[in-house]
Amino acid sequence: MNELIPTDRLERLKERIEGCPHPRELIVDALRLVQEHRGWVPDEGVELVAQLLGLSALQVEEVATFYDKIFRRPVGRRVIHFCDSICCWSRGGEAVAAHLEQRLGIAPGETTLDGLFTLLPTCCLGACGQAPAMMVGTRIYGDLTAQRIDEILERERGEANP
Amino acid sequence: MKHHPQLLFKNRTPGKTAFLEEFRKNGGYEGLKKALKSMSPKEVRATVKASNLRGRGGAGFPTGNKWSFFPADEPGEKFLVCNGDEMEPGTYKDRELLLADPHQLVEGMILSAYALQTPVGYIFIRYAYEDCARNLARAIAEARDAGYLGRDILGSGFSFELHLHRSAGRYILGEETALLNGLEGRRPNPRSKPPFPAVKGLFGRPTTINNVETLSNIPHIITGGADWFQQLAHTEAGAGMKLYGLSGHLERTRCHELPLGISLSELISEYGGGVWKGRKFKACLPGGASTPYLTSEHLQVPLDFDSLAQVGSRLGTGCVTVFDETTCMVGATLNLIRFFARESCGWCTPCRDGLPFVGQLLERIEAGDGTPEDLEVLRDQLRNINGYSFCALATGAMGPAESLLAHFEEEVLDHIRKGRCPLRKH
Repeated sequence: MNELIPTDRLERLKERIEGCPHPRELIVDALRLVQEHRGWVPDEGVELVAQLLGLSALQVEEVATFYDKIFRRPVGRRVIHFCDSICCWSRGGEAVAAHLEQRLGIAPGETTLDGLFTLLPTCCLGACGQAPAMMVGTRIYGDLTAQRIDEILERERGEANP
Repeated sequence: MKHHPQLLFKNRTPGKTAFLEEFRKNGGYEGLKKALKSMSPKEVRATVKASNLRGRGGAGFPTGNKWSFFPADEPGEKFLVCNGDEMEPGTYKDRELLLADPHQLVEGMILSAYALQTPVGYIFIRYAYEDCARNLARAIAEARDAGYLGRDILGSGFSFELHLHRSAGRYILGEETALLNGLEGRRPNPRSKPPFPAVKGLFGRPTTINNVETLSNIPHIITGGADWFQQLAHTEAGAGMKLYGLSGHLERTRCHELPLGISLSELISEYGGGVWKGRKFKACLPGGASTPYLTSEHLQVPLDFDSLAQVGSRLGTGCVTVFDETTCMVGATLNLIRFFARESCGWCTPCRDGLPFVGQLLERIEAGDGTPEDLEVLRDQLRNINGYSFCALATGAMGPAESLLAHFEEEVLDHIRKGRCPLRKH
């Protein structure tokens, strides 16, 4: 777990960089690789990506900090993004957020003490036909009710704690 | 419910994705074969222009015109980019399309690349659409194995490489020049225009950027012909079918492929099952968070580009969000403004500072602390944001805010007079 990108994936990334006329375009891919492995992108991750792509750390940092799905601070093993945009708002999105806060015992922006869940708001997830919706990792759940949220948290907890 | 021809959704089965075999069984890649065998790139461009197809991503610019600014016949590096950063609140049509039938976009891109003579293309896909990204990755691999992508496609001499770029969030990436910066691996603030992407786009080279649904229409235009495509629409000026996504206070909130120009009332009653809980219709966003509200006086308006412009709104993405009679329109607008304020990239002052300020004013009014002076300040802000921002984000944000004052001024005043939200239950 100490490495930033697993060796085989790092090799594949290096091959892609070799074959790419503008390696800089792989910044987001490389940051996402670090994040997939480490859960977030620590400073060393930014430095590694910079070194791989022949950029300064600042050039990578200004990209990393722009995107809300690149985490530059530690997060829980499962990041929950609840949608707070208009369609979810119109169908009980605020109640969904309140239920999540209450069940997890944290406010948006916080991580549970066991390091399992981080709760964050997000803009529209494109699941407007199934509002209210949320995303756990990259999995989208719609038609949320209090009961369904509890079931999802249970399942995600089980998967994250094998 | 009338039966309507299905183009983009013809292979749609709930819970299932059509890949190569099924796609080909139903006429997939026939448009590409036809074009490569019997049409010049110029003829493909002329057909698309004659079809009157207008961009489905929100702005509604005629695709044929956009393509006519592109130096297709000049040599050198050029790019075709698909904007799959669908993030306009209320909009989920591209997701439905990519979940159902990803090869359609791949074929549309190859055909468009042939028409524009671009040897390299990118599909830019938003973070939340990982399921769509996986479908596209598989479709691209299948297309490559079948000889539809890569060098010398189907022995035509035309070569095209297609890359998939997975993004990492932020609404502004849907703005085409911010998207180009994002693709290049730069901080994705929008660029100043001119130069327009057709002149200087990705990596400084001529670039055409089209939406997922727009590009997916191209194969159907090539196989069916421009005249056939045009007469599919309900309105005289319109052309083709449109993906209409339903959301908000309706009994059924799904996405349907319907003739462009269907009326708002038919869409709501026939396809949305009517306003939910037996309530009355109050307002809707006709095409995403940045399109000015429509009210019950607009129920008969055809949902088409020109008809909606005539009543002071926009078709936008064609994804309709409905509000019932119990909705507080100040609250709805506050939600929209908060979204835009949070998604502002921070580059220019009217957007970075103006939107949060508008949000604070609406917050005060919604909380019952608003004064008549706040309303005047709000009007002043709207005047000074609209048209003064670097890109279209802040101007888009003003759409619902301005229409709040145009259609629901009495409701805003009622908040101020009563010192509370008149629609909130206590």
